[in-house]
Amino acid sequence: MSRIRVLAGTRKGAFILTSDGKRERWNVSNPHFAGWEIYHLKGSPADPDRLFASQTSGWFGQKIQRSDDGGETWEPVGSDFKYDGTPGTHQWYDGTQHPWEFKRVWHLEPSPADPDTIFAGAEDAALFKTTDGGHSWQELPGLRGAKGHIWQPGAGGMCLHTILLDPSRPERIFVAISAAGVFRTDDTGLTWRPVNRGLKSPFEIPDPDAEVGHCVHRIALHPSRPDVLFMQKHWDVMRSDDAGESWREISGDLPSDFGFPIDVHANEPETIYVVPIKSDSEHFPPDGKLRVYRSRSGGHEWEALTNGLPQRDCYVNVLRDAMAVDSLDPCGVYFGTTGGQVYASSDSGDTWNPIVRDLPAVLSVEVQTFP
Amino acid sequence: MIRVLLPYHLRTLARVEGEVLLEVKSPATLNAVLDALETCYPVLRGTIRDQTTWRRRPFVRFFACKEDLSHHPPNAALPDTIALGEEPFLIIGAMAGG
Repeated sequence: MSRIRVLAGTRKGAFILTSDGKRERWNVSNPHFAGWEIYHLKGSPADPDRLFASQTSGWFGQKIQRSDDGGETWEPVGSDFKYDGTPGTHQWYDGTQHPWEFKRVWHLEPSPADPDTIFAGAEDAALFKTTDGGHSWQELPGLRGAKGHIWQPGAGGMCLHTILLDPSRPERIFVAISAAGVFRTDDTGLTWRPVNRGLKSPFEIPDPDAEVGHCVHRIALHPSRPDVLFMQKHWDVMRSDDAGESWREISGDLPSDFGFPIDVHANEPETIYVVPIKSDSEHFPPDGKLRVYRSRSGGHEWEALTNGLPQRDCYVNVLRDAMAVDSLDPCGVYFGTTGGQVYASSDSGDTWNPIVRDLPAVLSVEVQTFP
Repeated sequence: MIRVLLPYHLRTLARVEGEVLLEVKSPATLNAVLDALETCYPVLRGTIRDQTTWRRRPFVRFFACKEDLSHHPPNAALPDTIALGEEPFLIIGAMAGG
């Protein structure tokens, strides 16, 4: 029997939820790292019982924890994230220059092939890499060389929140940064360039078509087609069919094209999911109705998925790293809310159930599938 | 022995209960106490002071003998009562929030 493990990072700890492949009954762990902010947890595809967690605190800073037994026990590994050389400055909210300062790790992306290699996306935005299982971290400084001096923080900080490793070309990596945009390397992180042509941000930056400065909230790809990227931008849902060289809008008939997460069905590369949010000023679902929207045509045409989701008086948000899919058939879709619910669908989004209702605000959701 | 009381989250991180006892050579300065603490508990590196600038993290404070020693010169001797273990040295997470 297949198994599913859901990793939920919250404002006050990490929780591990487990079920068999039916995905009907869930066991919820006690909190791990209780009281700490857990921005993200993720398992190594090369060794699924090896998990990494980003444990942060406004008081006590950053720690990285590692488990080698599926989350039963944890050990702190290295957490010394030093920018390479003299960090320099980036643009501040008011357009002045501001020193680069490490604040936290938003996202951890383990290598698909090597359990000791993990990438970490940081605030202030930078990409770090370990090749010794997390004991030591080195920055890939070429990324900040891609016009880092004019990157600027979004409302949530200047965070590198998305890391996509191209499964067919190990030398290619995409990252997304708020508010700088999408960047791509084709030489394993040595050099980077912005890939934001087609994005338009008329209300966020002086030049709406600028090469960098766009507030990208999330990007996603299907592993079978790594040149096709989907993006939830601050406003606008976008798509690229050429590995980021150009983007076009696919918001179509969404009730709002503002939102945070976006993800791709595990078995249908043209089926994508977003959670529309009313606006950048009101971070909750339109009309108090929590609706996931699904497009089965790669964008433009969207259908509201409401069965099992609250359709009145709902004012939660779904954050950028808080949606994931499993790889069973039918595909499971999962998302967590700032109200502490984790919802799951075991039928590609047709029906939903809360698999836990009362966690602290959910920051991230990842899913591991054990076939 | 110098007695150090850590805040709850650092006790759980370091997996200790109650006070930590540290052997610190004289003169017992703030830096010497923190050096000894981080040597005994490497997981605490970076949680109390920055590992590059060695500045105290902004939301961490040091109390002892009913005094706020957060701004005590890092290389000046701490009060004798701390050095002799008569009073604990408290590392505190600053009050912040409701």
